[in-house]
Amino acid sequence: MKKISLLLALAIGVIGGSSFINTDDGGLGKTMPSVMLENLDGDQINSADLDNDGNPIVISFWATWCKPCRLELNTIMDEYETMQDSMGLKLIAVSIDDERNKSKVRPVVDAEGWDYDVWLDSNSDLKRAMGVNYPPQTFVLNGEGKIVYSHVGFVPGDEEDLYDFLWDLHENKETTSSH
Amino acid sequence: MKKFILGIITLVTLSTHAQNNIRSSVSGNVETNLQVLNEDTLIGAFAPKEKAVMNTVMNINGSVGKFRAGVRLESYLPAIAGYPNFYTGTGLGYRYAEYAGEQLNIKVGNFYEQFGNGLALRAYENSALGIDNAFDGVNVKFIPRKGVEIKGLMGRQRYRFENGVVEKSNGIIRGLDGDINLNELIPSFGDSKFKVTIGGSFVSRFQSVNDTTPPIVNIYAGRIDMRYKRFTFGAEYGYKGPDPALQNGFVYNTGHGALVNLGYSQKGLGIILTARSFDNFQFRADKKIVGNQLTTNFLPATTNNHTYNLAGTLYPYAANPSGEVAYQLDVLYTIPKKSKLGGKYGTKLHLNVAVATDHVRHKSGTNFAVDGVTYIGRPFDMKDSLYNFDFNMHVSRKFNKKWKASAHYYHFIFNNTVNPVTLLAKGYIKADVGVIELQYKISRKHSIRGELQALFTEKDRGNWAAALLEYTISPKWFFAIQDQYNYGHPDSALQLHYLLGSFGYIHNQTRFIFSYGKQRAGIVCVGGVCRPVPATNGINFTMTHSF
Repeated sequence: MKKISLLLALAIGVIGGSSFINTDDGGLGKTMPSVMLENLDGDQINSADLDNDGNPIVISFWATWCKPCRLELNTIMDEYETMQDSMGLKLIAVSIDDERNKSKVRPVVDAEGWDYDVWLDSNSDLKRAMGVNYPPQTFVLNGEGKIVYSHVGFVPGDEEDLYDFLWDLHENKETTSSH
Repeated sequence: MKKFILGIITLVTLSTHAQNNIRSSVSGNVETNLQVLNEDTLIGAFAPKEKAVMNTVMNINGSVGKFRAGVRLESYLPAIAGYPNFYTGTGLGYRYAEYAGEQLNIKVGNFYEQFGNGLALRAYENSALGIDNAFDGVNVKFIPRKGVEIKGLMGRQRYRFENGVVEKSNGIIRGLDGDINLNELIPSFGDSKFKVTIGGSFVSRFQSVNDTTPPIVNIYAGRIDMRYKRFTFGAEYGYKGPDPALQNGFVYNTGHGALVNLGYSQKGLGIILTARSFDNFQFRADKKIVGNQLTTNFLPATTNNHTYNLAGTLYPYAANPSGEVAYQLDVLYTIPKKSKLGGKYGTKLHLNVAVATDHVRHKSGTNFAVDGVTYIGRPFDMKDSLYNFDFNMHVSRKFNKKWKASAHYYHFIFNNTVNPVTLLAKGYIKADVGVIELQYKISRKHSIRGELQALFTEKDRGNWAAALLEYTISPKWFFAIQDQYNYGHPDSALQLHYLLGSFGYIHNQTRFIFSYGKQRAGIVCVGGVCRPVPATNGINFTMTHSF
């Protein structure tokens, strides 16, 4: 048993260490894990196949019963069209509602008037794979599909940080591609 | 065991050396909950002799190309207040190795899974509630062609975590599930506005016990989901063979579960009608276990998930596992912006009505002495005996860039005999709840939010009032203070205040919350995050981190 604990400690050390060595920005820089889930039309989606023609993607974990989540998605909706037009942004709202509330996802999305892509993660498989503790948690994927931003929770004003980050990302891309 | 861990080390070592060639990553999350508890006999808060209690869970997932492996370590020294007492010690709670190909996915070890709507099978975890019925075995998913998915599994389920070791179910669960998306499968049907998905599940338990009960019990379920333009329709029906078990008094009745959803939605309007019926349908990996453990299928409550504290935590309805018929209607409507009623930003309305009743037990034609059957139940066979009634409506409006407000009303008729939550009342408890919430954005980073809540009832502990004030500084800080006052308690010595102060610090994917005071159980939303919490009196420290 002691040996097992030792091995385990070693495993954690190596795993923990590697996550910091490879990504000195605290775990960012990874790609999307591969998890099978559905969109609102019932089509099968593999989260790793996510693509937006080299443009950024925002992944936002939410639930119908989570007020800050809905506040965040409503807030971003105000700027979404502008950012779609100017930087080709796509937002994927990943609902972690389970069977109790899953049928309410579509009515909520339509009534709120959201134009986002919506995925149903009804048994929290993607939530687990991305290490999300509680919603809302928001990620940004850059044009190469790398996770470059992650933020837990939402309070008014957090959206400004996200917008700043997205505009910086867009400007850097413009600069890089023009050189 | 050792080989497994060595395998993980190899995988991770590989991952650190193979960065440039193969896609690899390590990710995970950690949550620590530490409490220093005071005893408070007035509110019924319990302080263990250790005074300080803690739950910690860490998940680590590593992947290299198509291979993945992961572990979860858990530590309960001892578990936090209100947590199930079968979580003790420190140890490995979950481990798996996985191959995730394009068409084939095989997982060995622990896994979570859901078939269809969960009527036949759902393994899941909710660490806040202390629920974890993960399988330990083999899970295979196969996609022979686009639009078709076949899943198979065999395994024992997690029963408890004692002294750092997972104890598994006596019974073995075997399951098979198929799902066909006709639009994806049939090319000529691909562009049709009529979308159809069908599926079926078979779940079987083998449990060898020294009695006369059948060692094998099966569930069969079929489902369909259809969508045509703005209309949606979904249904699933499940049948369970005779399953004499402790939870039903070892009767040989068959069981059924039925779910129907009918929806209509367009931009600005969403309507959904849900109907659920089940009788003797709870299925477990061990026939001799009751309570929240070892459930193999998922029978959720057909009610709204209320987030305001007084509405959500005093009289929450949970589905009656032995049987019920339940209906729920949701109507969500946004009064268009720039209209007279809608205002500059639009006004949002939500109406929710839910009712659950007992079901009819047909006794004619049954002979208990011969076949062990006590009655026959039929789907949606409502009885005039109310289990729960919940009416609630919500209005919310953004007035300008700084002000937002919402108002909420709830009416509950709660059957405390069938679903007992209090010893102070018998029969039906009628309660009305009103909530007003205001939010003001002071500047780009600073906001303030206030809630006023009141609950009125003539039974149980009488009337309550609650207030909450929250100040947030985006994106790092929040401060909140709340009080709940049971001013209507029939015993004036128990007209108590539940005062709770908290503050939190968020740094990207790390969150620290520190709170002090008295807290009742329920879903609590502070600092922009929601989670269920148990009742406590004392200091509570939470840290969550994703990596």
